[in-house]
Amino acid sequence: MATSATPKTDASKAHTPEAPTKGDWTQPQAMALPKEGYFKVEQGRYGPIFPQTPSCYGFSVVAKVKPGREQAIRDYGHSIEAAVKGDPSVLAPLKLHYLRWVLFDVGSGLHFMYQGIFDTDFDKYIEDAVALFVKTGITTVFVNLEGWPEDWKTNVNAVINFFREHQCPSFLEYGEYPYVSSDEIKKALKLKAAFTGMLDLMQ
Amino acid sequence: MSADPARLDFEDIQHFLIARPPALAARYEFLTFRKGAAGRAWLAGLLDKVGTAAAVAAHTTLDARWVSIGFTWNGLRALGLSEDSLGTFPEEFRQGMAGRAQVLGTTGANHPDHWVGGLASGELHAIIVLFARDVAERERCRAEHARYLAQCDGVELLSSLDLEAIPPFDHAHEHFGYRDRLSQPVIEGTGVVPTPGSGQPLKAGEFFLGYPDEDGPAVGMPQPEVLSRNGSYAAYLRMEEHVGAFRDFLKQHGETPEQQELVAAKLMGRWRSGAPLVVTPDKDDPVLGADLQRSNDFAYATQDPHGYGCPLGSHIRRMNPRDTAVNMNRRKMIRRGGTYGPPLPEGAADDGVERGIAAFVGCASLVRQFEFAMNVWANDPTFHELGNERDPFLGTQDGTFDMTIPKRPIRKKIKGLPAFTTIRGGAYFFLPGIKALRYLTSLNDSQ
Repeated sequence: MATSATPKTDASKAHTPEAPTKGDWTQPQAMALPKEGYFKVEQGRYGPIFPQTPSCYGFSVVAKVKPGREQAIRDYGHSIEAAVKGDPSVLAPLKLHYLRWVLFDVGSGLHFMYQGIFDTDFDKYIEDAVALFVKTGITTVFVNLEGWPEDWKTNVNAVINFFREHQCPSFLEYGEYPYVSSDEIKKALKLKAAFTGMLDLMQ
Repeated sequence: MSADPARLDFEDIQHFLIARPPALAARYEFLTFRKGAAGRAWLAGLLDKVGTAAAVAAHTTLDARWVSIGFTWNGLRALGLSEDSLGTFPEEFRQGMAGRAQVLGTTGANHPDHWVGGLASGELHAIIVLFARDVAERERCRAEHARYLAQCDGVELLSSLDLEAIPPFDHAHEHFGYRDRLSQPVIEGTGVVPTPGSGQPLKAGEFFLGYPDEDGPAVGMPQPEVLSRNGSYAAYLRMEEHVGAFRDFLKQHGETPEQQELVAAKLMGRWRSGAPLVVTPDKDDPVLGADLQRSNDFAYATQDPHGYGCPLGSHIRRMNPRDTAVNMNRRKMIRRGGTYGPPLPEGAADDGVERGIAAFVGCASLVRQFEFAMNVWANDPTFHELGNERDPFLGTQDGTFDMTIPKRPIRKKIKGLPAFTTIRGGAYFFLPGIKALRYLTSLNDSQ
């Protein structure tokens, strides 16, 4: 992030935990995060920056499902499957690694959890996601959640507020190949495939 | 309001962002209002001098100066705008550019602590931009405004900056020698035909408040409506250019003038003539550079995906990633401004005199357009998976970032790129429409 540059010295921040530094991608890394989800308050475009961790950027959004909407949410699973099958690049703008959608009820009503791991910062992800929602119309699943803004198609700020208010920061994140982007992984696999092909041709 | 709410109101929009007058000089004056009444009186006395888009479009050879006025959020408060109304402005504008230094990446030597002219101060309330046909007319305007200010007890000049085009005058360029004004968005309803490669005209709401934007009806406009309709935000940046350091750098990285020109072109993404590297990667083509019908007609993903022509981290590729970015129509900005300081003659040693660009970036959303460009494009070291690079000109450089120049078979990597520029100041201004300016003069201190 552009905003990771050294902030001004502030004595009140002297005891904040220290974030692990980016290192060799061959060395797995675990990072324990403070309760707030960030090590020190750094201003992003729409609020505090959630830091990049060894498992890249990401979030876990938890919200309560509106009564009677479970089936609509489960049906949404099929629509996303079909959308990606129809156009494998449909979610490419989000620079994703993985997404997970979960429904659960621990006695307080049906809840929905959406976890994503991606390579852009939180604010850019949300902006790109809203643009994608509007363009494709595929992410109406959020309209089944309590607190989702009615004017989400035209009010990016309201959507960003929803995600920020419903974000549950991780207290621990782990990366087997820390900080590596999905583009870099795909590039490495392409390189492997190219080398394999070249070696095959030389037999 | 006009009958058709989507029709651009050229009679009400200030000329500044919509029409470029044939000016060779300018003066920016930064003001503070010690008393609200004085600020309103100052504004009232200038209302009939503020140029509209319609007036500038119909300019005659007799026109010699064009006036625009903008306010900071603190300035709107000083004029007497109510707290309710002030609260309807977006957070980033309320904080101001200095308050957004972390977001913008203006750190180190670029930090607001080092800014000049009182621009980082809460006392900065307004700017008056005087574009003039030539330096003599600018000087006449300077003297005239000084006389007027002397009558406005309670309005003070914080600082000023004089600008003028630098030779040769046959094309717009900055102190490093790069041709300027090559790529501008076209606004729907202006009648301007986009040059090939520039994309379709964009909805007016991307630049002017109160109009539908690319996503439909715009929401969250500052209130009351009379204040915001036909207004724009403008991010001002005063950027010093270290011409001596730049020329020394080129000499270090190129043995012949041709090699030096190639390095200069790789940093920018265009030859200094303006010819794009995607189209002419190996040698300059000044005729192409001067031909607006051809100089923008290229794409990256399809024509230069690996950056062998135009490096992935070059300035123009970062500031307008074209087909390699998503949501581009929501990131476009209007650029205005000019050069200040004397040109440094070729071959002369750096004289230590400040020279650079003082530019305005116009948009409807500072956070979505200007701040995104600074944060995600200019200063993100991982842009396009580069890892440790920032924009060679607009990014904050401190000698720790690199520049990769893709090349077959082995890329060239310049380690520890020096800072060719330093941000010397900046501010966020709101440029109201003419009716809004009149509304501001009607306020009083008890609002």
